Amino acid sequence: MASLKDMRVRIAATKATQKITKAMQMVAASKLRRAQAAAEAARPYAERMGKVLGSIAAAVAGSDSAPRLLAGTGNDRVHLLVVCTAERGLCGPFNSSIVRLARDKANALIADGKEVKILCVGRKGYDQLRRLYGKLIIETIELRGVRTISFAQGEMIAKKVIALFEQGTFDVATLFFSRFRSVVAQIPTAQQIIPLVFEKAAETGPAAAYEYEPEEEEILAELLPRNLAVQVFRALLENAASEQGARMSAMDNATRNAGEMIRKQTLTYNRTRQAMITKELIEIISGAEAL
Amino acid sequence: MASFHFELVSPEKLLFSGEVEQVDVPGAEGDFGVLAQHAPMVTTLRPGILTVHGTGGEQKIVVLGGFAEVSADGLTVLAEVAEAMENVDRSTITDRIGELESRIAKTEAGSELDKLITQLDHFKEVDRHLTGTAMH
Repeated sequence: MASLKDMRVRIAATKATQKITKAMQMVAASKLRRAQAAAEAARPYAERMGKVLGSIAAAVAGSDSAPRLLAGTGNDRVHLLVVCTAERGLCGPFNSSIVRLARDKANALIADGKEVKILCVGRKGYDQLRRLYGKLIIETIELRGVRTISFAQGEMIAKKVIALFEQGTFDVATLFFSRFRSVVAQIPTAQQIIPLVFEKAAETGPAAAYEYEPEEEEILAELLPRNLAVQVFRALLENAASEQGARMSAMDNATRNAGEMIRKQTLTYNRTRQAMITKELIEIISGAEAL
Repeated sequence: MASFHFELVSPEKLLFSGEVEQVDVPGAEGDFGVLAQHAPMVTTLRPGILTVHGTGGEQKIVVLGGFAEVSADGLTVLAEVAEAMENVDRSTITDRIGELESRIAKTEAGSELDKLITQLDHFKEVDRHLTGTAMH
């Protein structure tokens, strides 16, 4: 049986832990607000981009001159999985759910006889994937010192992916990230980025007859890499918001659990204390009676 | 004067959205002005100064590359980087000029070099505009 002093120390330790989780929850909440605002601010650009790209792509589609970023290499033997995760842990199932989705996809592709290569963005994903697919990981990008994600990071990753594509390293690229639905719901998502797939291909059909300056092909050649950067940027922003959301709810749970533990420990402590007082009283009384 | 809807977005934020009378856009193949009822077109941008003529006077915005789309709904500019002229940090422009100059020194003659030189010219022009307003 632990002594009263030991129990006091344990209660104090649990209280200290609770203070930390509470503080982390509050920090995550304020970061979440900022991350959410950033994700929302980026939305109009991504939407407009998709619209413009859709109408130009419809004009070029089918012709032999369609760029490879749009049409693909013609086969799908080698797949590249771009797995975006966080740099830090302690955010509930956030990292592992993205990794799990990527792992399932990788296993399915390998079972199909395809070749898989992995590009990790974020340290946590790399740590988890390293054990299983150490040899398949071709590169890791850490965003360690990055405080707020800017477009430059999205562009940097997109440029790497395009460079790999042009070297013929892979045929199909898929981006893995967590879509931010709400504080309690983050949905791990896989999005194919090369070759490009349009979500609403039918809608872009009868677009207005645009004049292009310079030619469609030239615009497209500039637009496609930009679009890739925008998609990656959006994924990073969604990820940042999701991470904070996941951390907030994980820390909320931790705070509640710590509260529960403190309650139980205090109860045991008080019981033990009372038992000891009673025991001492009995000793005194029986000693007095014996005289 | 008839007005139309103009939107200027960069990947990080929505910079401008509202009714305007005229917008002068630095297109890749030359500047062009957009008025209401402009024919639909899509074009790439070069680094330059975009001027918005609205009801409340004119506003100058530095854009570094991107796209412009004119449709029946109005004009949408998707800029790579966009910042109101008074907020632009001149050092970012001079840094880019320095970077381009060093790359030009290393590049051999060819279409790549031509591209870099054109880029440099655009940046120098933007820089000249910025210094010009600073002296006023």
